[in-house]
Amino acid sequence: MSKHHVTTTINGEPVEFLCEPQETVLDVLRNTLNLTGSKEGCASGDCGACSIICDGKLMCSCLMLGVEAEGHSLVTIEGIAQGEDLHPLQRQFLEHAALQCGFCTPGLIVASKALLDENPNPTEEEARYWLAGNLCRCTGYDKVIRAVMDAAAEMRGEAVRAA
Amino acid sequence: MNYIVSKPELKVVGTRPVRPDGVDKVTGRATFGADMVLPGMLWGKVKRSPHAHARILKIDTSKAVKLPGVKAIVTAADFPNIASEEAFVGEGPMNFRDLSRNCIARDKVLYEGHAVAAVAAISQSVADQALDLIDVQYEVLPHVIDVEEAMAPDAPILHDDLFTANVEPKPTKASNIAKRVYFNKGDVEAGFRDADVVVEGRYTTAPVHQAYIEPHACVVSVAADGQAQVYSSSQGQFMVRAYCAKLLGWDISEIRAVPLEIGGGFGGKTLVYLEPLALALAQQSGRPVKMQMTREEVFRASGPTSGTTIEVKLGAKRDGTIVAAKEVLKYQAGAFPGSPVQPGCMCGFAMYDLPNVEVIGYDVVSNRPKVAAYRAPGAPMSSYAVESALDDLARKLGMDPIALREKNGARDGTKTHYGPTHRDIGFLQTLEAAKQSEHWKSPLKPGPGKHVGRGLACGFWFNIGGESSGAVHINEDGTASVVSGSPDIGGSRASMAIMAAEVLGIPVDKVRPIVGDTASIGFTHVTGGSRVTFATGMAVTQASEQVVEQLKQRAAQIWDIPPEAVDWRDGAAYPAGSNAGAFEPLSLAEIALRAGKTGGPITSEVSVNAQGAGPGFGAHICDVEVDRETGQVTILRYTAVQDVGKAIHPSYVEGQIQGGAAQGIGWALNEEYIYNDKGQMENPGFLDYRCPVASDLPMVEAIMVEVPNPRHPFGARGVGEVPIIPPMAAVGNAIRDAIGIRMTELPMAPP
Repeated sequence: MSKHHVTTTINGEPVEFLCEPQETVLDVLRNTLNLTGSKEGCASGDCGACSIICDGKLMCSCLMLGVEAEGHSLVTIEGIAQGEDLHPLQRQFLEHAALQCGFCTPGLIVASKALLDENPNPTEEEARYWLAGNLCRCTGYDKVIRAVMDAAAEMRGEAVRAA
Repeated sequence: MNYIVSKPELKVVGTRPVRPDGVDKVTGRATFGADMVLPGMLWGKVKRSPHAHARILKIDTSKAVKLPGVKAIVTAADFPNIASEEAFVGEGPMNFRDLSRNCIARDKVLYEGHAVAAVAAISQSVADQALDLIDVQYEVLPHVIDVEEAMAPDAPILHDDLFTANVEPKPTKASNIAKRVYFNKGDVEAGFRDADVVVEGRYTTAPVHQAYIEPHACVVSVAADGQAQVYSSSQGQFMVRAYCAKLLGWDISEIRAVPLEIGGGFGGKTLVYLEPLALALAQQSGRPVKMQMTREEVFRASGPTSGTTIEVKLGAKRDGTIVAAKEVLKYQAGAFPGSPVQPGCMCGFAMYDLPNVEVIGYDVVSNRPKVAAYRAPGAPMSSYAVESALDDLARKLGMDPIALREKNGARDGTKTHYGPTHRDIGFLQTLEAAKQSEHWKSPLKPGPGKHVGRGLACGFWFNIGGESSGAVHINEDGTASVVSGSPDIGGSRASMAIMAAEVLGIPVDKVRPIVGDTASIGFTHVTGGSRVTFATGMAVTQASEQVVEQLKQRAAQIWDIPPEAVDWRDGAAYPAGSNAGAFEPLSLAEIALRAGKTGGPITSEVSVNAQGAGPGFGAHICDVEVDRETGQVTILRYTAVQDVGKAIHPSYVEGQIQGGAAQGIGWALNEEYIYNDKGQMENPGFLDYRCPVASDLPMVEAIMVEVPNPRHPFGARGVGEVPIIPPMAAVGNAIRDAIGIRMTELPMAPP
């Protein structure tokens, strides 16, 4: 099967890759580019573990073909921290113990970033509905939601209450 | 040493440091099963049965072999035909013959999704094409899914050589009932004759899946000399090693199993599926092989838990004293014997001091995937029935549900119906904390046209100990490495580091914990049974204590005084008193730096077979609103109270309680396997198998009660399993309160 050549931007850097026509962005990220932070939990768009941001829009990378990445700009979990500096969401997830196994965590953090990019001051209900596409089987979401709300407050420059 | 008594002022235990593996997990760097790669790696895939029950007439791989890029194909013929033998490690009953036949079908397929062949090829797409080219001919047989239908005399029989165990006279006819379990205490019939009030119920629970978000995955390599490496995510690298060795007929020493990060298990990763197939493919092809399940394969072919039917009957005096309790439990085992009916029989009544008890259980095979452990295996279904019946009893007696449980609650010295006598338990304290909670004290707020209700239910899990190993190495700069044999699913590396730091007297961020592979640390039983913080924590604590003894000896040597004249506190050696001499304290770092000149590396490894795991008790309070038009149930408020012994890292203890409650709410309201008339699962994906999502749930308030377990150095008891037990009845009791209807079938929400 002949492969397609794709030119795209990932985490701010130009990236070229070859992919088979049926391969998804998730396949390419994980198996071709070794960006394994995006996880495959279902490959059907139901669990959100593979969440990425494509041109500012939250996507399941398992629902996007590799060839569709042509000319687009993708952000994956590997692009959320700035070098050594963790994103407030990442720090708040750690402070709140908002992860147990950590498998869904990259997707949750990417999806939460997309939320805060669009709505810097979400209500708890808005956060819960936004993240309804990200399954977590370990935490029951309590600490996840608290982490997101506190990260939002921190990013708005408000004092964050103690965990 | 027991620190509960000797060191009441703990400095590290009970604090909430950031977990040591945390940064890797929030940045995507952590390596889970499917993230591993090896040079020259092939992709392995599994051909699975489309039939629920069929005889395999022929497997023709001739076309697939010829496909360019296909490097190996295996079927059952490539594995030893293993005789019946009880497995020696793992969680719950397991037989090696059954495990082998579960990994790859021999003669018959017993459920839809049962593996019949596996291929390794140069790419995933070639492997997929090869699967299509494998021609399997079947003679389809009648199948049975439901537990009671499988028990019927005319049911299709799965195994011609399965005869019900523990019944007299010994049966002469094969049956799907693998085993009968029986517990008796007192005279239950006399108890019912003596009762003023009797309640009865019949409950069914749908089969559900653990639904860890990470599908099973592994990467393996086999060298030409037979030495194999297995990288996989599991709940026990020693389990992986032992099971693979047995199924392949290899020596255990030929396999090194390396634990990768595990993306949830909940009991479902306490056995192997892919690893033996991957090893056989790697051996045949001479190349490393990677395999990972799809979500559909996880649902169709990996360990769900039982669907059940449970009958319960309680008899009480007018004052609420329960005088008789009877339970009959029928559990699906899936394709091979080994349902969790035994712990189901143990746990339902274990919270109560009951004079007359009879419990009968049946372990029943049917054409479903072989069940695997699922968080407090067997207990949630049993407690759903018992705690619902208790709610009915409280209503009939006009008693408060907590008061009824307090009146009959187990306390120190209560002898359980299954044998052990409770010691140092915290059930009454848990009930008291529930009673004092803001939630219980706040009245429900019914509005016009709103149907709201509150329910309470309790749960018990015995918790286990067992074999664990932990090592502590002092590094040259005075920092420490901790190696444990327990895969870390929910933050156990953090608790190991905390316990070691407490004993060593150094900051927790100076302790780096890892999970060792099978060649790097002593044997350790699986992460399961809520045993790791208890048993592995005991090993790590003892290893830390041995290291402290060595540090004291080195200080004594440097000072030229006897080791008994040295004290260890706050991470430094001090002369024990003025008689010992006047010396400036020697810090751990100073001693470590001079280790080479005082006897060499300072290190210790301890292996234990920990006994005395303290049982755990929980009480959950749930408020619901029910839409009488649609049947939709909304959880308005949820509080989970639990005796945790001692919370080593309170945030992760709360997390266990909250996560368990959420899983239980999913089990109560939404989750179920749906089968068509061919015995095929119709909802093998997260869209149709509906786990709770963030918008389904409120915050879950976790209240930790700390009644120390005297057999753990810091008083810890297992916490992971208890919280999944009460939710089904807590939700059901709340619905009963809201609309006056007792829900007796799970799941309770409309489809």
